[in-house]
Amino acid sequence: MTTTVADTEEGTVSPYALSHLDSLESEAVHIFREVAGEFERPVILFSGGKDSIVMLHLALKAFAPAAVPFSLLHVDTGHNFPEVLQYRDRAVAEHGLRLHVALVQDYIDRGVLKERPDGTRNPLQTLPLTEKIQAERFDAVFGGGRRDEEKARAKERVFSLRDEFSQWDPRRQRPELWNLYNGRHAPGEHVRVFPLSNWTELDVWQYIAREGIELPEIYFAHEREVFQRAGMWLTAGEWGGPKDGETVEKRLVRYRTVGDMSCTGAVDSAAVTLDDVIAEIAASRLTERGATRADDKMSEAAMEDRKREGYF
Amino acid sequence: MSTITSEELSATTLLRFATAGSVDDGKSTLVGRLLHDSKSILSDQLEAVERASASRGQEAPDLALLTDGLRAEREQGITIDVAYRYFATPRRRFILADTPGHVQYTRNMVTGASTAELTVILVDARNGVVEQTRRHAAIAALLRVPHVVLAVNKMDLVDYREPVFAAIAEEFTAYASELGVPEVTAIPISALAGDNVVDPSANMDWYGGPTFLEHLETVPVSHDLAHCHARLPVQYVIRPQTAEHPDYRGYAGQIAAGTFRVGDPVTVLPSGRTSTISGIDLLGEPVDVAWTTQSVTVLLADDVDISRGDLIVPTKDAPATTQDVEATVCHVADQPLTVGHRVLIKHGTRTVKAIVKDIPSRLTLDDLSLHPHPGQLVANDIGRVKIRTAQPLPVDSYADSRRTGSFILIDPADGTTLTAGMVGESFASPEPVKDAADDDGWDF
Repeated sequence: MTTTVADTEEGTVSPYALSHLDSLESEAVHIFREVAGEFERPVILFSGGKDSIVMLHLALKAFAPAAVPFSLLHVDTGHNFPEVLQYRDRAVAEHGLRLHVALVQDYIDRGVLKERPDGTRNPLQTLPLTEKIQAERFDAVFGGGRRDEEKARAKERVFSLRDEFSQWDPRRQRPELWNLYNGRHAPGEHVRVFPLSNWTELDVWQYIAREGIELPEIYFAHEREVFQRAGMWLTAGEWGGPKDGETVEKRLVRYRTVGDMSCTGAVDSAAVTLDDVIAEIAASRLTERGATRADDKMSEAAMEDRKREGYF
Repeated sequence: MSTITSEELSATTLLRFATAGSVDDGKSTLVGRLLHDSKSILSDQLEAVERASASRGQEAPDLALLTDGLRAEREQGITIDVAYRYFATPRRRFILADTPGHVQYTRNMVTGASTAELTVILVDARNGVVEQTRRHAAIAALLRVPHVVLAVNKMDLVDYREPVFAAIAEEFTAYASELGVPEVTAIPISALAGDNVVDPSANMDWYGGPTFLEHLETVPVSHDLAHCHARLPVQYVIRPQTAEHPDYRGYAGQIAAGTFRVGDPVTVLPSGRTSTISGIDLLGEPVDVAWTTQSVTVLLADDVDISRGDLIVPTKDAPATTQDVEATVCHVADQPLTVGHRVLIKHGTRTVKAIVKDIPSRLTLDDLSLHPHPGQLVANDIGRVKIRTAQPLPVDSYADSRRTGSFILIDPADGTTLTAGMVGESFASPEPVKDAADDDGWDF
C-alpha cells in the first residue's frame, strides 16, 4: 500500500494546517484551561491508565511553567495491578500533586456495598466516586472517556452536567456549539469534563509515542501467569481467580486497558515497543473494550446504564 | 493500515464534517459504508449489532444500531441526538458529527455544523431537491460551513443516468450560491451499491470527479483562517510565582483566528490598553509565530491589567466594541426566548449579563421568508435578535470569524444553553444591520 499523505500534494495543503495530533492537543488544552478559568474545585480522575496519563501530560503542558491547578482522584477498586499503583504514586510525587483516593474496599468492609458473585468491582466504583465528589465538593471532574470507546459515549458532551446524585440524563444534555463550553451548574451539581472526547485509541498511542510519555509496563508484552474466563486472559489474584476448572498458564501478553483486575483482560501480544503497539492496534479487528472489558458485555446498554448512575 | 508508520499517521490532518439528510435518504447507509470501508467498524462491534438484530427478529444486521447509541434511540428506531464518530484513512483523520435529519432537530444540525468544515447534504436521486434539502442548505449557509457536498444518492434507482444528476446538481448549486454558500461539490453515489463512495463507479463513466471519500481526503482544511484578523481570547493567566519563574505572567488561550508574531503591537479589549508581544510559548516551547487554532501563552512587554475574558488583537486590526449585538440566532432550548428576557451571553472566554431587546423577525427555513416580530423564538426557530449587553463586547461579524463572531445565550437561573448566535448580517437579514445600530446611537 502506498503511504502518500494527501496534504503534501500540490494545491491541497496550507502551511497553517495543524496535524491531527496538534489539533487534538490544542483542543484538549483549551478544555483544561476553560475549566481552570471557570471552576472552583476541579479534579482529574487518575487511574494510572494510559488515558489518564495522557490527560495529566496535557494538563502539565497547558499550565507550564506553572503547576497544574488541579488535584487527582483515584477510585481504587482494591484489585489493582501493582505496577499501576506504583506509577500513580510516582507521578503524584514527581509533579507535587495532591491525590485523593476513594476506596471500594472501605464500602465493602462497612457493608454499604456487596461483593458481586463474579468478583467484578467496576460497577461498585460509582458510589465511592460520587460520594467523594460530594464530600470534597468537586465542581468539575475530568475523565479520560473517549467517544470512540462505546456507543453511549459517542453521545457524550465534552462538558457533561451531572445532578447532585451524579446522574447523566442523555435526553437533557446541553447542545455544545463551537468551542463555547457551558459550565454553569447549581450548588451540589457538577460537570464531568472529557478533554479526550475526540481522540481515538490510536491517537492516544501516537501521542504517547510522539511525546515520549512513560507508561506502566503492563501495556507492553511480558510473560504473565493468566487463566482464561469468558474468552479473556485474566491475571490470577486474590480477587477470585482462577476458580475450579480454570487453569493458570504462562503467556506472552499485554494490556490494552487498565482497570479492575477482575474484569480487565490481557491480549496475546509480542509488542514490546510503542511502534509495535501502534502497528498492532492499527491492524486489530477488535475494539479496545470488546477485547478486554467484561463489564461492557453484560448488556447492550451496560455503559449507558452505568453512566446514568454516575459512572465515568 | 499496518504498513504505515506512526510518523506518517501523525502527519495527517483532521477534517471535521457533519452529515445532514432526511430519514430515508440513506444517511445511515452512507455513514455505515464509510465506517465499514475505512475499517472503522471492528468485528466485535459488528457482532454486537448482529446479536442485537437477531434478538429483534431481523434477518440482516441493522447498521443503524451501530450509530444509535442510546436505549431510547434503539427502542424507537430513531436518532435523537448528535453522535460523534471517528475514522481514518492513510491520508486523513475524520471526526463526523452524525446529526439527525428530522426538522424538529434543527438545533442538532446547528450543533453539528458549528464545528464542521464540511457538510454533506444527501438527496434521493428520485426526488431531487426537496424542502428538507433547502433547509439543510440554509443551515449550512447560516453557519458558514466552508465546504458543502451534495451527495446525490440512490443513483442505482435512476439507472445511473447523467441528466438526472446534472439537473439536481444544477438546481442545488444555483440555490446554494444564492444563499452565499462558497463552494458546492456534487457527487453522484449509491451508498447501498457502493458507487463513488470509496471506489469509482463502473456504472457512471460520465462522472469524472472524485469519489466521496477522495473528496473528503483532499478538501483543504483551515485554509484561510490564518489570514483572518488575529484574535486571542484570554482564557487564563499563568503566573508560576516560583523561584525559577518569579516574574512570568502569561496570557493563555487558543488563537481564534489569524496569526500572532513576537514583536506585534497589540491592543487588549475591552480596556483598549496597548503593548507589544514579547514572547509566545507554544505549550512550553518558545516560538516566533503562532496561528489559529493553536493553544498558546502570550507574554507582553508591558505590565498590563489583563484577565480571563479579555481579547488580545493586533493594534492595527482591532474590532469595535459594542453593547448592542445584532445577530441571527438558532434557539436550542425548550423554553422560549422572549423580548425582555434577561440572559447571560458567552462570547469567546467572556460571559456577561444581557437583555433581549427585540426579536425583529423569525425565519421560515422552507422558503426563507421572514415573519416580522414573532414575539418569541421557540425550540429550533431561527431568527434575528437584538441584544443589549451589560459590558462592551469586541464582536466580529460571523462572516469574518466563526469563533469571535459566535456566542451562546445562557439562562442565568438554571444554566441552560438557550440560543446559538451569529453576529452581523446573514442572508436572512431583514434590514441593513449596521445602519440600524447607528440610528440607535448605541454604536461604540
